[in-house]
Amino acid sequence: MIQLLAADGTRTPHPELDEVLAGRGGDDDLASPQRLRGYYRDMVMIRAADLEATSLQRQGQLGLWASALGQEAAQIGAGHASREQDYLVPTYREHGIAWARGIEPWRLLESYRGVSHGGWDPNELRTHPYMIVLGSQAPHAVGYAMGLQRDGVVGTGDRETDTAVLALFGDGASSEGEVSESFTFSASFGAPVVFFTQNNQWAISVPTSVQSRVPLAQRSRGWGIPSVRVDGNDVLAVLAAVREALDAARAGEGPRFIEALTYRMAAHTTSDDASRYRPSSEEEEWAEKDPILRLRRHLEQLGEIDEAFIARCDEEAHDLAMALHHHIHGMEDPDPADMFTHAYAEPHPIVEAEREQYLEYVAQFEDDAEQTGERS
Amino acid sequence: MSSTSTTNLPIAKAITAGLRDALRADDKVLLMGEDIGVLGGVFRVTDGLHAEFGPQRVVDTPLGEAGIVGTSVGLAVRGYRPVVEIQFDGFVFPAFNQITTQVAKMHNRTNGTVHMPIVIRIPHGGGIGAIEHHSESPEALFAHTAGLRILAPSNAQDAYWMTRQAIECEDPVIMFEPKKRYWVKGDVDPDRRPELSPWQAEIVRPGADATLLAWGPSMPLALESAEAATEDGIELEVIDARSLAPVDYPTIAASVRRTGRLLITHEAPVLGGLGGEIAARISEECFYHLEAPVMRVGGYHLPYPPARMENAYLPDLDRVLDGVDRLLEH
Ligand SMILES: Cc1ncc(C[n+]2csc(CCOP(=O)(O)OP(=O)(O)O)c2C)c(N)n1
Repeated sequence: MIQLLAADGTRTPHPELDEVLAGRGGDDDLASPQRLRGYYRDMVMIRAADLEATSLQRQGQLGLWASALGQEAAQIGAGHASREQDYLVPTYREHGIAWARGIEPWRLLESYRGVSHGGWDPNELRTHPYMIVLGSQAPHAVGYAMGLQRDGVVGTGDRETDTAVLALFGDGASSEGEVSESFTFSASFGAPVVFFTQNNQWAISVPTSVQSRVPLAQRSRGWGIPSVRVDGNDVLAVLAAVREALDAARAGEGPRFIEALTYRMAAHTTSDDASRYRPSSEEEEWAEKDPILRLRRHLEQLGEIDEAFIARCDEEAHDLAMALHHHIHGMEDPDPADMFTHAYAEPHPIVEAEREQYLEYVAQFEDDAEQTGERS
Repeated sequence: MSSTSTTNLPIAKAITAGLRDALRADDKVLLMGEDIGVLGGVFRVTDGLHAEFGPQRVVDTPLGEAGIVGTSVGLAVRGYRPVVEIQFDGFVFPAFNQITTQVAKMHNRTNGTVHMPIVIRIPHGGGIGAIEHHSESPEALFAHTAGLRILAPSNAQDAYWMTRQAIECEDPVIMFEPKKRYWVKGDVDPDRRPELSPWQAEIVRPGADATLLAWGPSMPLALESAEAATEDGIELEVIDARSLAPVDYPTIAASVRRTGRLLITHEAPVLGGLGGEIAARISEECFYHLEAPVMRVGGYHLPYPPARMENAYLPDLDRVLDGVDRLLEH
């Protein structure tokens, strides 16, 4: 397992990946103190947004929330490892990925509140919609990567335009057939895609050990897809491994697979009761490996962080949570008539007719209300 | 006005011509499927296209229907217009998840920002003496899913033009191709766009006594039945539904208002089939014009039987005429 930061924050050297972090090929230093502080801030921000979303769910403002608590390093690391032009294909728990891509957190809450199914423009934000049907997004990632090959933006040597796809799915989702088919298709065509699994140890109540007889990282090797396992609570290890794999994919070397070992600190979702299947000792053990704490310790060892910075991050995080709170409380329900708008791209007589029917039906009540109003 | 460009082609070759012209017209169009490249597809529908357009545009894929359809979703997000071939109707089910939860819903899910101009070509129906899973009629399963469109050409002209129009459509289209009629020839005019939209039904034979609705592989039977019925002095109006999603209810309802009677025939099992949906809607819309309940003649509620029994399973002339008799008894 690749680890660059031990749980106590100590930095372990890694000749190859250190080079990647240091900015191979003219990149900025991905491990500069300034960057490290940025990752720290990002993780603090999304944790705050995440906790706020959980409390919004408790207040009845969201129907459900899938917390990414504990997975911040895996997501912030992978998100920042991608380049501007890359296309990211997330699941439903990728709040750190979305944050790293500049998607505003309230947009993630929309689908959990039930006001939309996602709704952002994937091409504009270069991020696929959140995916609920496990594994379904993996072949989309491969197809997009096949499109990149046809567009001539793979393996040209131009860092600004060469592009790859980062496909994310959970350890449980990796049991789905579509993930296996995605391995097959990407390997067959040498498509520039990096599969990234956050092995958070559990797929609801079923542990990874039941779903795979070998470490997940070994799975893709049957397809000839090189793979590594990284410490998913180590933002630097994730960053370096994903950057290295994406660079290889961009260079035309074909697909890669990365398993990031992490832990889902919260329940699966706000509807789940993790205490039914998970020993609290396990949670305590993983709390020791907290990704935010670990980076903070590292920065402390470097002498690159002070109380003022930490306080500023906490304050910003608090402001973000407050902003989310106000945004959600002020969020209006969409006009139900809008549900007819985007079923089809081209005119559809049956949808049109049903929309008219709906509007007429609703208008009856408005008429009734007006009449009653007149009488009283 | 007759056009000089008209040629006489089998349905399979009309589709080939449609695919070729679409590939030439738009370099974002690409074909994907099992054995569609060098071999030209198990029915040779893509014959010659690999040689002309190369392996990047006519893609021999690994075996994996979910992979074929799922990657086409990613390609569509990237701006491509994938046309995928499912080898046989019974093999679409591994891709059912991708078609119903992904292809059908991506446009809606992204509030209209992403289009899914994907065409899924499926050889359709029985009567070719095939082994299991090679003769099925799953159109109702897809017609039930909002977000999809379904076309079912029954002749060469429609086969050519529906191929072109399906590829041009910004929505996903499933094209059910009448496999038992792949080698039946008909006139095709690739230079003259038909006046009828692909989403409209066509009255292919006028008649006053009852309306007979069919599509795709059942059309020859419908026409044969209408011909035979004249011997008993019955004039059947025959409609080719052409589009199964959306169904062109205005054309069908107008016909039923004239004839007062409707018989629907399809190969799929009657139970839960598309005929039932059409019957229900026509009953709602044309209740006071109907002289008899809407009737259906189709397959039984059985797995498609082994080939030596399929003639008993599939609607045939006698069963359709029997249906006509029952319809006219009222
Ligand atoms: C096809 C499908 N089956 C079942 C579900 C219900 N479900 C949602 S999440 C989940 C577990 C997923 O575990 P994993 O892939 O490890 O991701 P995690 O939630 O742990 O991040 C299940 C069974 C689903 N969303 N999709």
